[in-house]
Amino acid sequence: MGFLSYLISGLGLGSVYAIIALGYTMVYGIAKMLNFAHGDVIMIGAYVSFFALNSFGLSLPVTILLAVTVCTALGIVIEKLAYKPLRQASSLAVLITAIGVSYFLQNGAQLLWSSSTKVFPSVFGNGSITIGSLSVSILTIITIMTCIVVMVALTLFINKTKTGRAMRACSEDKGASTLMGINVNSIISITFAIGSGLAAIASLLLCAAYPSVFPTLGSMPGIKAFTAAVFGGIGSIPGAFLGGLLLGIIEIFAKAYISTQLSDAIVFAVLIVVLLIKPTGLLGAKQNEKV
Amino acid sequence: MKKTKSITRFFAIVMSACMMMGMAACSSSDSSSGTGSNTSETKAEVVQGEKEDGTADKDTSSDSAALTIKIGGSGPLTGGAAVYGNAVKDAAQIAVDEINDKGGVQFDLKFEDDAHDPEKAVTAYGSLKDWGMQVSLATVTSAPGAAVSANYQEDKIFAITPSGSSLAVIYEDPTNESDPYGNVFQMCFTDPNQGVASADYLAEHTDLGTKIAIIYKNDDNYSTGVYEKFKDEAAEKSLEVVYEGTFDASNQSDFSVQLGKAQAAGADLLFLPIYYEPASMILTQANQMGYAPTVFGIDGMDGILTLEGFDTSLAEGVYLLTPFSADAEDELTKSFVESYKAKTGDIPNQFAADAYDCVYALAQAIEAAGITSDMSEADICEALVKQFTSMTFNGLTGTDVTWNENGEVSKSPKAVIIQNGEYVGVEE
Amino acid sequence: MEKKKNIFAALFGEGVRNRTFSFIIVIAAYIILESMRRSGSLSSLFTGLLVPICCYVIAAIGLNLNVGISGELNLGQAGFMSIGAFTGISVSGCLASSLTNPTLRLIVSILVAMLVAVIFGLIIGVPVLKLQGDYLAIVTLAFGQIIMSLVTNMYLGFDENGFQFSFVENRTKLAKGGKMLLSGPMGANGTDRISTFTVGAVMIVLALLVVYNIMYSKSGRAIMAARDNRIAAESVGINIARTKMLAFVISAAMAGAAGALYGLNYKTLVPAKFDFNTSILILVFVVLGGLGNMTGTIIATVVLVLLPELLRPIADYRMLTYAIILILTMIITNNPVVRKFFGGLKLRRDTAGREA
Repeated sequence: MGFLSYLISGLGLGSVYAIIALGYTMVYGIAKMLNFAHGDVIMIGAYVSFFALNSFGLSLPVTILLAVTVCTALGIVIEKLAYKPLRQASSLAVLITAIGVSYFLQNGAQLLWSSSTKVFPSVFGNGSITIGSLSVSILTIITIMTCIVVMVALTLFINKTKTGRAMRACSEDKGASTLMGINVNSIISITFAIGSGLAAIASLLLCAAYPSVFPTLGSMPGIKAFTAAVFGGIGSIPGAFLGGLLLGIIEIFAKAYISTQLSDAIVFAVLIVVLLIKPTGLLGAKQNEKV
Repeated sequence: MKKTKSITRFFAIVMSACMMMGMAACSSSDSSSGTGSNTSETKAEVVQGEKEDGTADKDTSSDSAALTIKIGGSGPLTGGAAVYGNAVKDAAQIAVDEINDKGGVQFDLKFEDDAHDPEKAVTAYGSLKDWGMQVSLATVTSAPGAAVSANYQEDKIFAITPSGSSLAVIYEDPTNESDPYGNVFQMCFTDPNQGVASADYLAEHTDLGTKIAIIYKNDDNYSTGVYEKFKDEAAEKSLEVVYEGTFDASNQSDFSVQLGKAQAAGADLLFLPIYYEPASMILTQANQMGYAPTVFGIDGMDGILTLEGFDTSLAEGVYLLTPFSADAEDELTKSFVESYKAKTGDIPNQFAADAYDCVYALAQAIEAAGITSDMSEADICEALVKQFTSMTFNGLTGTDVTWNENGEVSKSPKAVIIQNGEYVGVEE
Repeated sequence: MEKKKNIFAALFGEGVRNRTFSFIIVIAAYIILESMRRSGSLSSLFTGLLVPICCYVIAAIGLNLNVGISGELNLGQAGFMSIGAFTGISVSGCLASSLTNPTLRLIVSILVAMLVAVIFGLIIGVPVLKLQGDYLAIVTLAFGQIIMSLVTNMYLGFDENGFQFSFVENRTKLAKGGKMLLSGPMGANGTDRISTFTVGAVMIVLALLVVYNIMYSKSGRAIMAARDNRIAAESVGINIARTKMLAFVISAAMAGAAGALYGLNYKTLVPAKFDFNTSILILVFVVLGGLGNMTGTIIATVVLVLLPELLRPIADYRMLTYAIILILTMIITNNPVVRKFFGGLKLRRDTAGREA
């Protein structure tokens, strides 16, 4: 395998991170909270897709629709039950609650579906396209395309629609948004809904590439995607996209050219260096200090 | 500010009250465990249990109650390794129920969660000891096992682990394989044993492949233990190892890099001393890449055919050395697989089989030594060590199984190959 | 960082009363538990929990200095525990033959572990404290992960010919009688269990002394001033970098000491123990105990370590219940109505007190 094929697998992995990171970054931008339960929403999405495909034999489009619906609903419910009562509380209190929700989802999944690993069916086939000496699997192409489509759709939504503008307003200043007649609570709910819907899409792509479904499946991609979001500048949608892709590429390159054992350490070391040079991430807004 | 203070004070009081109650509860259960009150409780439980089954008659109930031995054990029932703990717990319970139904030795099993964490394993041990554990299945996984073996030695409680295969579980000084704990036994192979057996097998069967690539999990006792001995033995038998790749718990989904390098190194045989879940991922990704080496696994590979949703055609032609396969045709395996399926809905893996054997081996030894539940733990321990080092056991995972005085098991792994979605014994 | 008081916050009043109270509960708890342990009336379960509870309390007190007093969200406390633990185990392993008194060896190991943790605290503190808010938090998380990854790849052994060290790949070849101190991902095996509850309790008292001395000293007031308003503090000539670094390094030292005590309490210790989840666990102790409140931190730690053990009877639903309790506690203690209700009680009691 040469440089180009590593680059493409890096882009494939990075695309998945990017979609998950979008969920983190949107929630952070609007609600100013680190939603550590986001990774576990991915896990739920994976189980829903698994059962839809395997036990009920549903077709892929129906499965995607079902997974997105379930995750969206789950996102809204979590927000309403666990985070909304804490709107006025300190950010740390919300962080701890998010961790509680994460434990809850993981242990709930284990009770419901047992701890044994399930293998995700092959949904996009094993085909690959060969260009010269380079062979790229269809799955990687689909993953990268999906990521671009999601990214474009989200950017259009944020910039062109009324709800999107309201979301941007909320992330700037919640108080002023309320005065302008924006229902901040419903905007936060919509943000969670979109983030969780994206998690469902990410879960399908993740499981298509790495076909294991188990209760703690979301933790590691969750942390990596969170890193990606910060890498690109948390709160920034293009930043999450860029951060995700770069993280994926760095991870694969570190494994290929340096050491498989140290790939995590290298990814995090790069993150630290980037943050020291650009303290708010690659595309993050500069924080103005209020005196 | 003042308002918050009073809430905090209230919570502090409530919480500390809870804490004190918790402590009191702990200590009271402790004080009773040694006395008669607890034994009568157990007796009641047993009698009740038999009434529900409607099998036991009045005469044996009092006899069997006197013979009820308390078996403890811990394993990961929650968290990432929960699948192994639950397999052991369920299989051990099946064995206990079967033995109790037969009459004679009666068991009471209590299995605690240790979340694959040495710290939790020590607390689980404490909890079991408070309950009055007399013999133990030790722990399911190696690291927690290595943490509690010293406790078993100190408190002179006999333990046999179904699957804690690391040397550190039975030796206080695993580097030199010296200072065995003496009362902690293993039902599974030690890791080095499997590594040596695998290398020897490959040296004798060069038709499987000569350029060997290894991918192992470097944060796992089991996988690294097998790998290290395999490497030494491979060097001795002058096998050619062309690539060694690793992964760990946080990187067990993407193997494209490792497989790419193995392929580039020209490996035609892939040795996977790992569990079946990551192995299934490796097989899938190798297939996606169009890389088809001969795959050789060890007992951890068993279970791959029953992995829910796995395309078993990918495992065609995989070799593995294992003491147990769920597809074996003998009566014992068949009936065990049936009861396990009825209880859990899953097909048992080697963890379950080893756990089942542990309980039966304990029953055999206890019966042979004439152990009764009113004996002290230390006496039971001494008698069992004597029995285990002298007896021969036939179970699911092997025939003519014996143990040496260090607690290591001696049984022979069988080479099987996966053909048409089934394990088939390889003709020697 | 907002200064929100949480459930245990400001337990028995600020200042001297609070300080005295925390010492009293630690010493009283020690006397009761130690005498119960010696007389054999303490259950095995609880006996086994004494030392780990001490470790978590010390690490949490250190983290509270960092998060509560200094106002920096640190998600990498477990990294410093890891450094301390494996340093402590290695030191103790080396000294096993030359220093036979276990308590003395424990103390030496803990001191060396603290020293190493301090050095790492200084190295890591420089980049970390250049950042702010959530970016600072993620860099601490990153350092925690890096430390775990590095420790996972270290192999250290010694035999009569001296030390052998290798990184990533195990190349150590020990002569007969040698001892592996660190075996990469498998961590340390066959450790002498020399940690004692007494040393743990003494360490808690020392940690409290140090933290209170900082809190109520000039540098403590400077740290808190910098937390509440960095720019205002700078404008009156407080050297922010130095005060924050002080808090960060002391916090690291405490985590290192806690780690050493923890590592020397178990036969075996794997590097993966000190992962992100452990950092979060300690953070939960701190947040639930109240930012800046040491008594609260101690109580919260004890309660939260005991809770999963007390829930053992419900077996399968144990961790699920734990999660629900965690969420509900956060929601209820932050509920304005509940706060107001207890606030009202307090007001009435105060009035009653004044009338009497």
